[in-house]
Amino acid sequence: MSVWLAASPVLVPLATALATALAYRHARLQRLLSLAGIVAFFGTALTLVATVQGGETLAVAFGSWPAPFGIEFRIDRLGASLVLITALMGLACLVFHESDADPGNRHPLLLPLVHGVLAGVAGAFATADLFNLYVWFEVMLIAALGVFAIGGRRDQLDASFKYLTLNLLGTLLLLIGVGAIYAATGHLNYGALAEAAAGLPPALTTLLLTVLGLAFLVKAGAFPLFAWLPASYHTLPGPILALFAGLLTKVGAYAVLRVVGDVFAPPPAVLLEALGWIAAATMLVGVLGAAYHWDIRRILAFHIISQIGYILLATALAGEAGNAATLFYTLHHIVVKANLFLIGAIVWRLTGSYDLRRIGGLWQARPWLGVLFAIPALSLVGIPPLSGFWAKYLVLFEAIGQGRIVWTVVALLVSVLTLYSMMKIWLEAFWRPHPDAGWTLPRDARLAPAVAATVGLAAITLWIGTQPEALIAYARAAAATMGGAAP
Amino acid sequence: MNPRLVILDVVARPLYVVVLLASLVVLLRGHNEPGGGFIAGLVAVTASVLWALAHGPAAAEARLPFRSPLILSAVGVALGVVSGLPALLFGDAFLTHLWGAIPLGFTELKVSTVLVFDVGVYLCVWGALAGYALSLLEADLTPADDERPEPRR
Repeated sequence: MSVWLAASPVLVPLATALATALAYRHARLQRLLSLAGIVAFFGTALTLVATVQGGETLAVAFGSWPAPFGIEFRIDRLGASLVLITALMGLACLVFHESDADPGNRHPLLLPLVHGVLAGVAGAFATADLFNLYVWFEVMLIAALGVFAIGGRRDQLDASFKYLTLNLLGTLLLLIGVGAIYAATGHLNYGALAEAAAGLPPALTTLLLTVLGLAFLVKAGAFPLFAWLPASYHTLPGPILALFAGLLTKVGAYAVLRVVGDVFAPPPAVLLEALGWIAAATMLVGVLGAAYHWDIRRILAFHIISQIGYILLATALAGEAGNAATLFYTLHHIVVKANLFLIGAIVWRLTGSYDLRRIGGLWQARPWLGVLFAIPALSLVGIPPLSGFWAKYLVLFEAIGQGRIVWTVVALLVSVLTLYSMMKIWLEAFWRPHPDAGWTLPRDARLAPAVAATVGLAAITLWIGTQPEALIAYARAAAATMGGAAP
Repeated sequence: MNPRLVILDVVARPLYVVVLLASLVVLLRGHNEPGGGFIAGLVAVTASVLWALAHGPAAAEARLPFRSPLILSAVGVALGVVSGLPALLFGDAFLTHLWGAIPLGFTELKVSTVLVFDVGVYLCVWGALAGYALSLLEADLTPADDERPEPRR
């Protein structure tokens, strides 16, 4: 049965996508199938983590063609935890989508495409084959593109076009990189590549990893290749935006970690040095971009970029501690970031706008929402005792330990600027009175599913914050079995 | 679009069947020779496009199996997934294909789950690409805002 469990990260969402596509004429049935599918996915992902947390890896060679020739899924602690967080985000966002907080156009193709995105994301986390990784990136891209285009509004088509063009460049670069690596080593399987990598001349390894790394950095939204992200994300419906914001860029960051920190570990030092500076620039540019904007979605979209910088910084620190910090930061950040977008959608429902200059007065009307927003917002900044504090602690402790003072100072500075952004949202949306004196809360808002989803995610943030030992131990165990174990 | 062409109109009817039969031949010979589900699907798309040129995209869509490109391609993907499932019975990995032979006396007929997979690819390609082609033809027929609607026959 273990081979089927190993294939489940793709099989379950794919089956759900099919079932919802076949039911596209029956809206209620489609929503039920979608929810049932995501619950099943969450269940199998939990089983997956429970199975691998002892150190066992789950593998399946599709069609019984053995590795290194066939395509293999090989799920270790790193992959399993990311599959679980994917399923969790899918669950939270699809439950949230049952409310009327910015649900967007309920097109019959929306749910099949969203499950298609989930299949692509989970497939990328599960696979142990470089070309197969490319395929899952492509599945993600095509399905996400469908979601972007679905409304057919002018700004949506504009966003889809920018998303398509810039991501296709990344994809092309990725394909070139994969092809070159295959030409150089004759392998695509991670395990076989790790063995073959030792025999490559260092200059060639540097070149190959540069091409591959650049492609992943486009996908991750790193400086200076992030232009597609703020250009497109704000046209999505709230819960879908939260799902994309939480997951998609993190697949790029994961791919960097997998390649630099596992398969080709230890990589040439010059690459880690470059990655570190890219990370610092990403952090800084992202947070400065956010300071300029007044639309909640745009502010948060720039913070995705800024936070990707922290994740890449952890990867650049390399070694067991760096890899563990990368995983911890990624898991914490996905939950927090998605939750902020979801709460933003609730704010939109209650006040009628995402523009901070046109809203306000929520602290008077809905104080619990102010508290709910403060949990992920302060966690994003890194205030103890929330999850973000431990994530930043792990990264910065390692950065100081390696004598990387400039990167540490940048990271701390960016934290302060992040606090400024979050305070801006809090002051404008919650504290300040509503600019329209006649404004009242909408009476017919159906927010119960939205509140359930956001409170659940906030509870996870609080749990990680107060009980970080379990997750830190898991991340360290995951890093211990990765290739970067001996720096 | 041009006024309907009588010759095309008449020829489309038998040609539609011939092209689909040809696509089936390509599908089945693809097992050991050039061909297979993907190419056969493309051939089938040409049949749908031919019908759309002769009788309009809506009529071509109505002639597709299940009368919907979306359902057709979803059924195709579903067949692909299903073809990998029988391996479960034998404890093999997903997509491990099974083979059998049915003796017919003078020869034997080879059957396999690979064929199911290939038919799935065929239907998926047919549905997806016919869907795109027909929507594009439809968009071509729909007058833009600044054009007067053309008289339809």
